[in-house]
Amino acid sequence: MPDPMRIRATEQPDGVDVRILMSHEMETGQRKDSSGKVVPAHFIQTVTVTHAGKPVLMAEWGPAVAKNPYLQFKFKGGKKGEKIAVTWVDNKGETRTDEATIG
Amino acid sequence: MQENRREFIKLTGVLGLMAAAGLIAAEEAQAQQGWNKAAFEQKSTDDVVKALGGSGVSPSSDIAINAPDIAENGAVVPVAVSSKIPNTQSIYILVEKNPNALAAGFTIPAGTDPAVSTRVKMGQSSNVHAVVKAGDKYFVASKEVKVTLGGCGG
Repeated sequence: MPDPMRIRATEQPDGVDVRILMSHEMETGQRKDSSGKVVPAHFIQTVTVTHAGKPVLMAEWGPAVAKNPYLQFKFKGGKKGEKIAVTWVDNKGETRTDEATIG
Repeated sequence: MQENRREFIKLTGVLGLMAAAGLIAAEEAQAQQGWNKAAFEQKSTDDVVKALGGSGVSPSSDIAINAPDIAENGAVVPVAVSSKIPNTQSIYILVEKNPNALAAGFTIPAGTDPAVSTRVKMGQSSNVHAVVKAGDKYFVASKEVKVTLGGCGG
């Protein structure tokens, strides 16, 4: 099971500010290890952020997103105390979902 | 007996077909839910836009890219893109000289600000392009980022 994400969602006058830090290797598939073998690609492909059952952001990523990916955006309609959920799926089919409360 | 057997064969045949159909549907769903493989395999901005379903891309001053002029570490280059184009539906971040140009794409539902920040890898100094989809049209803005240390394990 991959490590949990760190999610911070804060209510601001112009919307809810969401900052997500995921824990993932984001291996490109271009790198070679010490014995010269190519390290197989392993990276997050899709990310979905939902609030009240509705998606507020969807992302498709390639291996060029940096290791331990960071993501920040803002959406309207969220209130303090409500929850958002973040789900990612990587190219090996691993997935992780974490929730955070808007503060 | 003979009749029963015939029924049985018919039934399994139908079931098999249904299972096959179900399987195909499941695979399609996965591909849709995921990931535009073709777009992530392209080498140039024009080809990425084509793979996304657009016919061309025009420059726009309503897209802002916030990225460093010089990145010390190509493995972690912060890039923020915001769009003032009405009805912005998607934002894509492309690094021209990476092995594959497209780094990330974001779908912006109504109610979400057309602005995202993330961090990408850059193999070498390159133009970073931000492509915005609004309606059927694609717009682009570019910024050059110099990398002093490559991000591809070199």
